[in-house]
Amino acid sequence: MNYLRKGHDIRLQGAAAKHIVPAEGVSTFAVQPFNFRGIVPIPKLNVNPGDKVLAGDVLLIDKKRPELKFVAPVSGEIESINRGEKRAIKEIVIKYNGNMEYKSFNPPDLKSCERAELVSFLQDAGVWPLIRQRPFNMVPDTESIPKNIFISTFDTAPLAPDLSFVMNESGESFQAGLEVLRKLTNGKVHLGLDANRKNAPSSVFRSAQNVEKHWFRGKHPAGNVGVQIHHIDPINQGDKVWTLNVQDVALIGDLFVKKIFNSKRVVALTGSEVGGAKYIETYMGANICQMIRDKVETENIRIISGDVLSGEQKFKCEFLNAFDDQITVIPEGNQYELFGWLAPGVARPSISRTFLNFIFKNREFKVTTNSRGEKRAFVVTGDYESVLPMNIYPQHLMKAILIKDYELMEGLGIYEIEDEDIAICEFACLSKQNLQQILRQGQELLIAQA
Amino acid sequence: MGLIRFFKKIEPDKTKHPFMHTLYDGFFSFVFVPNHTTSNGVHIRDGMDLKRLMTFVVIALIPAYLFGIYNIGHQHFIAMKEFPGFFEAANLKFFYGLIKIIPIFIVANVVGLGLEFYYAYKRGHNIEEGFLVTGALIPLIMPPDIPLWILALAVVFAVIIGKEAFGGTGMNIWNIALLTRMFVFFAYPTSITGDTVWVSGFETLKVGAAADYSWWHTGLLNTIFDWFGWLKFDPSGVIADGFSGATPLGIGAEGGWEGIVSRYPNGVSDLFWGKIPGSIGETSKPLIILGGIFLLVTRVASWRIMLGAVLGTALTAILLNFWGATPMMQIPWYYQFFIGSALFAIVFMATDPVTAASTNKGKWIYGFFIGFLAIVIRVLNPAYPEGWMLAIIFMNTLAPMIDYYTIQNHIKKRLKRA
Repeated sequence: MNYLRKGHDIRLQGAAAKHIVPAEGVSTFAVQPFNFRGIVPIPKLNVNPGDKVLAGDVLLIDKKRPELKFVAPVSGEIESINRGEKRAIKEIVIKYNGNMEYKSFNPPDLKSCERAELVSFLQDAGVWPLIRQRPFNMVPDTESIPKNIFISTFDTAPLAPDLSFVMNESGESFQAGLEVLRKLTNGKVHLGLDANRKNAPSSVFRSAQNVEKHWFRGKHPAGNVGVQIHHIDPINQGDKVWTLNVQDVALIGDLFVKKIFNSKRVVALTGSEVGGAKYIETYMGANICQMIRDKVETENIRIISGDVLSGEQKFKCEFLNAFDDQITVIPEGNQYELFGWLAPGVARPSISRTFLNFIFKNREFKVTTNSRGEKRAFVVTGDYESVLPMNIYPQHLMKAILIKDYELMEGLGIYEIEDEDIAICEFACLSKQNLQQILRQGQELLIAQA
Repeated sequence: MGLIRFFKKIEPDKTKHPFMHTLYDGFFSFVFVPNHTTSNGVHIRDGMDLKRLMTFVVIALIPAYLFGIYNIGHQHFIAMKEFPGFFEAANLKFFYGLIKIIPIFIVANVVGLGLEFYYAYKRGHNIEEGFLVTGALIPLIMPPDIPLWILALAVVFAVIIGKEAFGGTGMNIWNIALLTRMFVFFAYPTSITGDTVWVSGFETLKVGAAADYSWWHTGLLNTIFDWFGWLKFDPSGVIADGFSGATPLGIGAEGGWEGIVSRYPNGVSDLFWGKIPGSIGETSKPLIILGGIFLLVTRVASWRIMLGAVLGTALTAILLNFWGATPMMQIPWYYQFFIGSALFAIVFMATDPVTAASTNKGKWIYGFFIGFLAIVIRVLNPAYPEGWMLAIIFMNTLAPMIDYYTIQNHIKKRLKRA
């Protein structure tokens, strides 16, 4: 077992009750090319507004790598194709009529097929972009074979869904997905399991076959796949590894079990501003405001696709990001507070011991988006290291990026770290620096150079 | 909130009066946590910010401040052989010290903050809280009779050359408070070294010199004390026979530990409690330790640096004990913490995060060598009776190098792993 001593759990109000309800009244779904890193901004459109599609029909084809296809998560009619800056395709919206029709697939026989045959089937079925290649969380190259494949079966982020609960019924599909992945690597498929809680991980994960299991105990970000990779088989310069979310593993499995593109997604609806937070069963790319309608009480709120640390802010009637299984709604913090920096133990999470909160470990906080201070130069040292259970110097890495020193960035391990890993350091940063943004700058520099 | 509306109403125009706006903004963000929300990253932030961090250091300094103020007065009366009991004539001692320290505090902060505001305005930055701690530290490391113009000059030098030239808060290489002291030390050595500067309030520090009271003492305070029927300042007091203003460090070089102990009526106990002459804030060991514990419990200061420095001091002093060639070397190693500014430097000066090493490994090395160098300078070099200031400034200079090698070592390990 890997016991990670560093880290910090942020306890917030509004955890989802262990109860799955089908989504009602969610009628539009979208594919958002911005969710996938490393594809051209204006992919080739395979459909026009008004076309009828089945779940699994190809909507978009990448222009540089025509083997990359993006498919419809639900059946229905193409409602609109929305473009963003410089005519980049922002989203393809499908109107779903409540009656799911699947395109049927003809998967190759796993036991006898060649890797190349399997790869081209997965690409045609549109599941290839659901695999993320590290470094930099890119859509994987077709040619390169990953050193290993990593799957984290638990999420320690604030209010994150309980993946054991979410996946409890999907054992067969999950195992089938693992078998597919095993064919795609020469290394191993590594599964990170949660050793924190008394109720052990779901038997779906515990009894998974033909994988290497690793138990992790520790606070957030122990559930991040990047942290787990660092402790299992770290990414060195030139390595390529893949990671997947558990629900996407089951999706790949269903291509072989049910022979359909089953984009079913259980989403945790969380946050202090959501009344009766629970799990909702819907499909990939669901319309957020249709999902949270009637459940959100106030106006001055922030809607986040994902968790409060690394999720993305969404505005009215935008869509769930492809890799997210959580929506968080918290109050905006655009108010002033009198002598707020001086008070001894006010209700707000902090890694600092200058608040008395650390005595009450299980207290849940209602937190606003107030940045709690102004941006400053890097002053204190050692805070980032104290919350990131990796052998990395985050502050020095950030500074290396800011001065654009490529060699230093590589030396300090930029290949090992992603947004979601540095996010806890950004939370803790008392100089209020935007570390995820800095990290992305560094990654863009290295991607452009490659 | 009505208060907010009032503040918004008096906000100066940013383009017409940029300097006033900078001042206003600094004050406003001091009173209110601003209404900024997160963007482009995490959606919630830790409640901690730099203001709070700095404030906690200042809180940790308060006990040393109170004692320092009182001790200025205590030493003053001791020189006249009046009120030898520590708590005797408490009103005279406290107010005497207060009258000494207020001008020092005002000059240090007005000059320092003024420069800070000016540079914030010049660069179009917000006012940053960097000087909050520096301004609180500077009076504590000065002798009570420091001429105010020298102090002002030193602060100007330290803030401009030491900090603003490098880019402001968070960018400086040397500890600003120590740089201030160093400027005085090298430019005006007679005002900060020797046996005659640590006891205040006399024209010269010789037997028979008269106490130097101003209108504040004999006019204002004596009138007030009269109302209460308290003791009053007596302008006819003179320095008594047999007085010497020497600090333990001055005595130790000649007389060793016995010389130091015999100089004070209660021996070691006076050294420990701080009833000795010295820089304003450095003398009281228990109150500095109290501040240190506060900083460690709140995790504001790095325990690695503190422990490293304690170990460095102890090991070096033990080695010198074995050598034992001079009276100073023979001072038992644990008493090295009782004399001079050892504890104050370890707790409040070495732990400045900006100028210390930034890696955890580096902090151990940085702390250890501060202790080592300070004792080497103190014991082996008779020209400099105290080594902490020089040791810390020197290690500030080397801190980037310590970090560089720590990082290179880390990078090499990562390459080897591949």
